[in-house]
Amino acid sequence: MRVAWAILRKDAAVEMRSREIVYTTVFFAASCVLVFAFALVREGRAMPDAAAAILWIAVAFSGTLGLGRTFERERYTDTLRALMLAPSDRPAVYVGKLLGMLVLLAIVEAALLPLIALFFAAPITASPLWLAALLAAGTLGFASVGTLFAAMLVRARSRDVLLPVLLYPITIPVIIAGVRGTAAILQPVPDEAMARFWAALLVFFDVVFVTLSLWTFEPLMTEQ
Amino acid sequence: MALDFDRVVAEEVSRSFGRRRALSRVSMVCEAGRIVGLLGPNGAGKSTLLAVLSTLLPPSSGRVRYGSHEARTGGPAVRARIGLLGHDLYLYPDLTARENLAFFARLYGLPDAGSRVAEALRTAGLESRGDDVVSGFSRGMRQRLALERALLHGPRLLLLDEPFTGLDEASGAALVARLRGLKSDGAIVVLATHDLDLAERVLDEALVLGDGRVRATAPSGGQARERYREALRATAPSGGSAS
Repeated sequence: MRVAWAILRKDAAVEMRSREIVYTTVFFAASCVLVFAFALVREGRAMPDAAAAILWIAVAFSGTLGLGRTFERERYTDTLRALMLAPSDRPAVYVGKLLGMLVLLAIVEAALLPLIALFFAAPITASPLWLAALLAAGTLGFASVGTLFAAMLVRARSRDVLLPVLLYPITIPVIIAGVRGTAAILQPVPDEAMARFWAALLVFFDVVFVTLSLWTFEPLMTEQ
Repeated sequence: MALDFDRVVAEEVSRSFGRRRALSRVSMVCEAGRIVGLLGPNGAGKSTLLAVLSTLLPPSSGRVRYGSHEARTGGPAVRARIGLLGHDLYLYPDLTARENLAFFARLYGLPDAGSRVAEALRTAGLESRGDDVVSGFSRGMRQRLALERALLHGPRLLLLDEPFTGLDEASGAALVARLRGLKSDGAIVVLATHDLDLAERVLDEALVLGDGRVRATAPSGGQARERYREALRATAPSGGSAS
């Protein structure tokens, strides 16, 4: 964890100085919510389950933006090679970058939830623990695959195009489970049994995705 | 993690990228306390060989041994003894010089990181600029900082790709003195360069590469220039040599 922690601290220091990624991802996510609110809310009433869907769409889109920018910084002076030379197991580099993405997406979600509550009249405080659990599990599933792909594509010329093309099909189960689980607790009467089912499914995806990512990171990142 | 070695041996190392062969059956022995130069024209395979020696690039065939270990079996313990200064400098432009060095000190789990970083800044001549962001540095200042970054963990094997790039005369002379110091401390230094004037002052032996092959070896720096020219003539297109 020493290497992972060092990478997280370094990414935080770079971001604190530039604030480039946090501002752009939060602004992009907020813009998404705003556009969908204008499209889907009529006379103060949104379509059923729209709030949950828009929340997860905004997380996925802004997360993709953040993933691209985070690894662009490692590409600029080829510092990813220096990280791969560190005297630790190479998946530690993956864990460090994943932790950074989780912190970034947590900030994005903290900014999104009040907007979702405001524009879609979503009862986000009805089951706060279930909402937090679903967001945490879904974010981990999305970011675990996204971090792996973003690292893998860092030297690819068309990485900006390839990242969403590869990422979205594989993370569709996570997005669906996140939307269904969140929709269950944002109903006028929260359905916690349903939320528990989708949260359990998300935890299953997390275990599979994180395990596969840790297992494949080193061979995928070894220059061929 | 206490792995050490006193020689690095490349045995029949080849490396291909698709159908293009960047290295072809390159063999070399690098002993502790010696500076080995890799000379050759652009595209000769110098940087590829350095990447293979650094463990970043696995050879397509052949092997590299670090003492009795190979990169595959030694893993992190071998990497802990390697320092690499690449053509890209592996520095974060948004961080200060001190923050860059402190990050790499943490990455390598170095004790007394603060004093090592201060010492590295002093050696690089950047004490007064330690808290400035690297993006505001000249190429020469970044090059000096990157060299200290590569040396921070006291590597046994130091791999340098064009280390004299961007250095003024005083900085170049300081680098030569630094390399001599590392040599006397028992480091294995492999240096790829086009700067034959500076290289001749520090090299113990040189390998002249051309088209991914070892074209010649020069046992001492004094013969490197002649061998280099011979190799250039040998690898030049036939039209050019006929004129």
